[in-house]
Amino acid sequence: MSNTLNLTLNIWRQDGPNGPGRFETYKAPGIPEDASFLEMLDLVNEELIAQGKVPVEFPHDCREGICGSCGVMINGQAHGPERGTATCQLHMRKFSDGDTIDVEPWRAAAFPVIRDLVVDRSPLDAIIEAGGYISAPTGTAQDANETPIPKEVADSAMDAAACIGCGACVAACPNSAAQLFTAAKVWHLNSLPQGQPERYRRAQNMVETMELFFGSCTNHGECSEACPKEISQDFIAYLNRDHMKAKFFNRKLASQR
Amino acid sequence: MAAPTKARVDSADRPLRPKGKELPFPLSLYQTAVGKKWVMAVTGIMLLGFVVFHMLGNLKLYLGVVEHNGVLDYDANIYGEWLRDLLVPFLPRTVTLWILRIGLIGAFGLHIHAMYALTMMNQQANVTYSSKRDWKAATFASRSMRYTGVIVLAYLIFHLADLTWGFIPGYDYERGHPHENVVGSLSNPVVAAFYIIANALLAMHIFHGAYSMFQSLGINNPAYNKLRRGFAAGVAGIILIGNVSFPIAVLAGIIDLSDKVK
Repeated sequence: MSNTLNLTLNIWRQDGPNGPGRFETYKAPGIPEDASFLEMLDLVNEELIAQGKVPVEFPHDCREGICGSCGVMINGQAHGPERGTATCQLHMRKFSDGDTIDVEPWRAAAFPVIRDLVVDRSPLDAIIEAGGYISAPTGTAQDANETPIPKEVADSAMDAAACIGCGACVAACPNSAAQLFTAAKVWHLNSLPQGQPERYRRAQNMVETMELFFGSCTNHGECSEACPKEISQDFIAYLNRDHMKAKFFNRKLASQR
Repeated sequence: MAAPTKARVDSADRPLRPKGKELPFPLSLYQTAVGKKWVMAVTGIMLLGFVVFHMLGNLKLYLGVVEHNGVLDYDANIYGEWLRDLLVPFLPRTVTLWILRIGLIGAFGLHIHAMYALTMMNQQANVTYSSKRDWKAATFASRSMRYTGVIVLAYLIFHLADLTWGFIPGYDYERGHPHENVVGSLSNPVVAAFYIIANALLAMHIFHGAYSMFQSLGINNPAYNKLRRGFAAGVAGIILIGNVSFPIAVLAGIIDLSDKVK
């Protein structure tokens, strides 16, 4: 039998996008320490339903840290106190008996609250639509190693591609900048041969779409700390570099205007 | 029963700011926030270069009186004259100094404008949390850049009024005699304290700026990344020690007017 925790939760409740929100305090007794943070919220909701109250809406889907659906601000940290962990993979054993936990939705002007802890993260989709793809025809799957890619490059692209698009970087950023998300999405294509034809157009278009919705990076580094995939803010430097190259160098050829 | 949820907002269709038309180069660069940060880094390097050389020049205060071309004068005053005579006779006297000054004023203007524009952008994009934030990576220096920057600007204006224009009463300002002016001004403990505090904030501003500029410029190499914090701390530390030493040395009587040969 595992230990149990008695917790006090301050959870942000908001009826709709335009409704005023407020913190409501709930007692959560007897939470098993093996429960995940979302399972803890499930237990709280079951109790609320039993009392005939409206359960807390919170974002979740796969619950194994790969879908990017979940994510709330836990005690002032995006995805809570454990590094490199999404909210669904955060276990209650990281808290102590008697703790008071503040739970708040992601905050950014581009992420309006839909209800309670659920926010609308569709501006991240707008950034992807601006260039997070390869439109050059690449044909059918070719033989392995036909296009040589150095191991370091493949690893770097894979590290960037680990981004699950949860929005924790925006939530953690004091400026609500989406630089880490955009940098990861840009770099995982820009570092690979298949991404080269559209490399500079991609960097420029994704940065400019990002800037319609989000703030500007001031290099605090909170994003990488909050990232459940521990994506390095080094990719932001690569994003800046490709964006500046896109701006500085003329890529048109003779007779093109 | 649950209150009916309002129609779902699709915020991807509702950007915070409209997409402007792309201006011709190099304005297209400055149009983007990434470009503004690049400009902030480049102008920051120019201003940092000025601060370093200003501090090195001020070290002349410690040398007191020296002989120059057969005349005895304070070394700081001789250095001041040398700055006015830079590149003479290729350029007339003070022209080089004015070219440098105009460059610095331009860098300051761009640094401040980019700061203002980015701050407005960030305030528009940000919604403050209602619960207390727990910062993991952001430093006090990085989060106070706007405030230290504004205080340093106010200090700069005071410093120019005090020692360049001679507007601040309290001592007899004498144009072309920086050594006497520095001693006159900093002999007042209140002014000296203000200089010390302002320079500590300047060093803090430089500590984040000298680290952050590499990211903004897109300079990132895993082989050297570990050196960035040390570089920033070193530059900020040297400037802090150098600049804070002057008011302390004046108050302690290390820099004084006693060895003036009339």
